Amino acid sequence: MVVNLRQPRRTVEVRGGRTVRAVLADLGLAVEAHLVIRNGSLVPSDTTLDDDDVVEIRPVISGG
Amino acid sequence: MSKCRSCGGPAVIDLPRHNANFCSEHLVQLCLRQMERAISDFSMLTRDDRILVAVSGGKDSLALWDMLTMAGYRADGLYVGLGIGDYSDESGRLVRGFAAERDLRILEVDLRADHGFDIPTAASASRRTPCSACGLSKRHEFDRVAREGGYDVLATGHNLDDEAAVLFGNALRWDVDYLRRQFPVLAAGHGFGRKVKPLVRLTEREMAAWCVVRGIDYVVEECPMAVGNRHIAYKEALNAIEEQSPGSKASFLLGFLERMAPVLMAGAETTAPVPCPSCGSPANSETEPCAFCRLAGVASAHDPVPVRMVLSRAARRAYDEQWGGTPMEGSRT
Repeated sequence: MVVNLRQPRRTVEVRGGRTVRAVLADLGLAVEAHLVIRNGSLVPSDTTLDDDDVVEIRPVISGG
Repeated sequence: MSKCRSCGGPAVIDLPRHNANFCSEHLVQLCLRQMERAISDFSMLTRDDRILVAVSGGKDSLALWDMLTMAGYRADGLYVGLGIGDYSDESGRLVRGFAAERDLRILEVDLRADHGFDIPTAASASRRTPCSACGLSKRHEFDRVAREGGYDVLATGHNLDDEAAVLFGNALRWDVDYLRRQFPVLAAGHGFGRKVKPLVRLTEREMAAWCVVRGIDYVVEECPMAVGNRHIAYKEALNAIEEQSPGSKASFLLGFLERMAPVLMAGAETTAPVPCPSCGSPANSETEPCAFCRLAGVASAHDPVPVRMVLSRAARRAYDEQWGGTPMEGSRT
């Protein structure tokens, strides 16, 4: 599946059939510091992502 | 599929600190309830108050403005143009769009147009860190505009993560003066208006989710001048603890506010400020200009400095990747 990352903007291909939590872990990203948006909709961490999904992983930490 | 704790419908977010999942509708309700609880617990606001919300174009301040108006408070926005290159251009565009879509009143200050400097130039000319020059300038302008506009209270979008990270840093240094002042409401007095932080019970993940489910377009990317700062490192450390022990950030901050802050504030003496001889704002000396006027003095006399010139090597690379910048002539590489 296509995963769009921010800060900086970039796109990576990631294998589907795994949960949001597993994909974040593979990418070394903390659940507490990110939202995952699949095909335009926010999804919780136990959602299984498919190969044909378009996913945005959005960081939420700001510098204050 | 995760189900919403409140209605059993499909959830859009899991919140481990609440040991629950929520759909969009009930996430909105949860956030409003947490904000109202903070407002009530700390006697922050009444519905008669004229509120000025400091908005940056980021998720927290736009969410706060949205939440306050949704909850029936009278809130105008204040945007301070900081002159941080494309980042500021984008921030201003989003704030104006948010206000226009909702028919809300936005007040604007532009540091370059109104005071003759911007943040990159101020940081370079004063040898302050960019975040220090930015914080000083924003606080001064927030206070000034709120005072001159006759607002009862200034509200900022500081959230639970922001406040926990500041507390963590202050505790690491046992900076008692800063710890004593860390409270989500500062009473009016000595020439300053009341200041409140209604999002103190809400995490930044919850605020980002608010923006997504409410369709609020905000600047997702971090300020280029804040990349790699200590505040972010503290947040990452606290998030590592939170992942192992959900609820730790809230316990750390809210426990401090409930049990430790009253102890620190008891018997604390405050010195009444005097008018700055230059701008009239509250200051520490009758003879010396206030910190903002000193900063403005050196920065406005300095040639404008492009944002890339004051970034670290890593921050400059991130800025170029994000905003498509090209190396400026004479810039350090």
